[in-house]
Amino acid sequence: MKIKSESKLNWFYSAGLTKKILIAVVLIWFCLLIVLPFFGIVKACFENGADKFFSALMVPEARHAFILTMIISIIAIAFNTVFGVILAIVLVRYRFRGTSFFEGLVDLPFAVSPVVAGFMLIILFGKDGWIGQFFEMHQIKIIYAFPGMVLATLFVTLPFVAREIIPVLKEFGIQQEEAAYILGASRWQTFWKVTLPSIKWGLVYGMTLTMARSIGEFGAVLVVSGNIIYKTQTSTLHIHQSFTDFNYAGALSGAIALAMISFLILTGMQFINERR
Amino acid sequence: MGIEVMDISKTFDQFIAVDHVSFKVNEGEMVALLGPSGCGKSTILRMIAGLEVPDKGSIYLNGVDVTSMVTQKRKVGFVFQHYALFKHMTVINNIRFGMEIQKKPKPEIQEKVTELIHLVKLRGYENHYPDQLSGGQRQRVALARALAAEPKVLLLDEPFGALDAKVRKNLALWLKEFHEKLNITSIFVTHDQNEAFEISDTIVVINRGRVEQIGTARDVYENPESKFVASFIGKVNVIDAVVHENHIQIKGTQYTIQNMNNEYLQDGDIILLVRPEAIRICEEADKSHFIPSIIHEIHYRGSHYELDCSIGEQTIRVIEEKDRMRLSSWHENQNVFLKIHSYKIFQADQGHEKIKIKLKALGYIE
Repeated sequence: MKIKSESKLNWFYSAGLTKKILIAVVLIWFCLLIVLPFFGIVKACFENGADKFFSALMVPEARHAFILTMIISIIAIAFNTVFGVILAIVLVRYRFRGTSFFEGLVDLPFAVSPVVAGFMLIILFGKDGWIGQFFEMHQIKIIYAFPGMVLATLFVTLPFVAREIIPVLKEFGIQQEEAAYILGASRWQTFWKVTLPSIKWGLVYGMTLTMARSIGEFGAVLVVSGNIIYKTQTSTLHIHQSFTDFNYAGALSGAIALAMISFLILTGMQFINERR
Repeated sequence: MGIEVMDISKTFDQFIAVDHVSFKVNEGEMVALLGPSGCGKSTILRMIAGLEVPDKGSIYLNGVDVTSMVTQKRKVGFVFQHYALFKHMTVINNIRFGMEIQKKPKPEIQEKVTELIHLVKLRGYENHYPDQLSGGQRQRVALARALAAEPKVLLLDEPFGALDAKVRKNLALWLKEFHEKLNITSIFVTHDQNEAFEISDTIVVINRGRVEQIGTARDVYENPESKFVASFIGKVNVIDAVVHENHIQIKGTQYTIQNMNNEYLQDGDIILLVRPEAIRICEEADKSHFIPSIIHEIHYRGSHYELDCSIGEQTIRVIEEKDRMRLSSWHENQNVFLKIHSYKIFQADQGHEKIKIKLKALGYIE
């Protein structure tokens, strides 16, 4: 086939071809990183039959770990929803000294490795830590116990709700609230009837992200939990444990269960994003 | 009764936004606060609504001192420049909001909403969201929402500022009719002189946080009490002149103008403020106070012509009717004579150059 000399010169810039190449690159990359590994674990898991998958999922320690993960994630969502809204309102509405410093600080959990975060908690809340000493006196265990795991999860998920709401609140401004005050609404009524409905989707999105992150959290929780079966072992820790114990069936079934949940969350986020 | 603002001041971080402002709005009257942007007029309105607290002074609504009363209890209606409608609510729910907060009985709310929807001509739009409406429609919803709560006074903060010229004009006329029907005590903030003239009975001209003049449209146009009012309201020429033995001599020339004031003028530098329509172009001089001039440029303005004419070093703008322009055959660079038949004299001071520059920047003078 004959190609005209000018189109030969400009081959890269001809829109059709560039588009095709770029799409191909993206698709290959996607397959290598996401699709193939996912199919890999699904295939490996079901090679021995579906019944083995379910029985591995139903072993008591796996179930305990899963329930623990869910409880921690629900607590994290509840805390972060309330605290995240307050944090966002304070940072957007009140200009005080150091507002921008605090706004930067919100992102700290993104930057700090979860393992480091876990160690920070141990130093603070451990038996000899500043705050830990106090709780130790009252026979309350934080590190290597449930409260420590919640704290670690709260730390790593702190930014999500606030980060989603801050831009929405900034765009929302204060005029609708002022209009509500003038029409006789109290601050509380204004918050429930005007402000909250306006930031609703941002809030739900932030909550979803918090859920995804707390279910998947490994590093920080590993450091502070002590990884005690039936006590402080979450799903991710259980998967890791099974894997290191050469219990591949257990590891794989747990991994697939978590992957499925992530997929559901992802679908939910897509839905929310379309609503926004 | 009505609204009374007594000697209020407000400072933001050392910037004096409102400086000892007092005025009164009689019951049922519509008053315009007119001034350039940043002059403090919106701050005054926000203080009346209770959205800002004055540092000094007091505010009375229908005879009650509301200076330290919270916004919620003042029972004012407020219309924002950018509508501030509740975006997540339909038109009807926006309008109901105030009445629902007041816990009015359902049938009463229903009746009132139907009445208001009819009044602001939004039938058929009841279940639309603000995003689905045009700017003019949104502002009418905002007005209906404000009125639904049965306010004692209505405050409008540049209500047409975000609309295009045509819609603005229609809505302004509609608002005037509307006000005549309802007779609710109202304050209307604007930077647009035409809007103020069209809608209001009384105009309060504000500059740099101070009241410059209070009066009817005719008062502020014909008898400006300050240089600012003269130049802000309508177009005006600023001519530098000198008074010598009760004669007004235009700076840089030998030409003099008769002193039309009855009082004797002090010697010294002055400025003359002359409306472009207060000058007449003639081809021949028949009296000594006609000023020789050259036509520089002729601008066609649709309904009339504007001509730039020079007197010595200074250039002034003259408005001529189409008919006169048609009968005469004036052209650029032609020598003519000007007769100034009315002017205002103000003492020239150091500030006046600054005022001139500012007004030029704002486009009020050429």
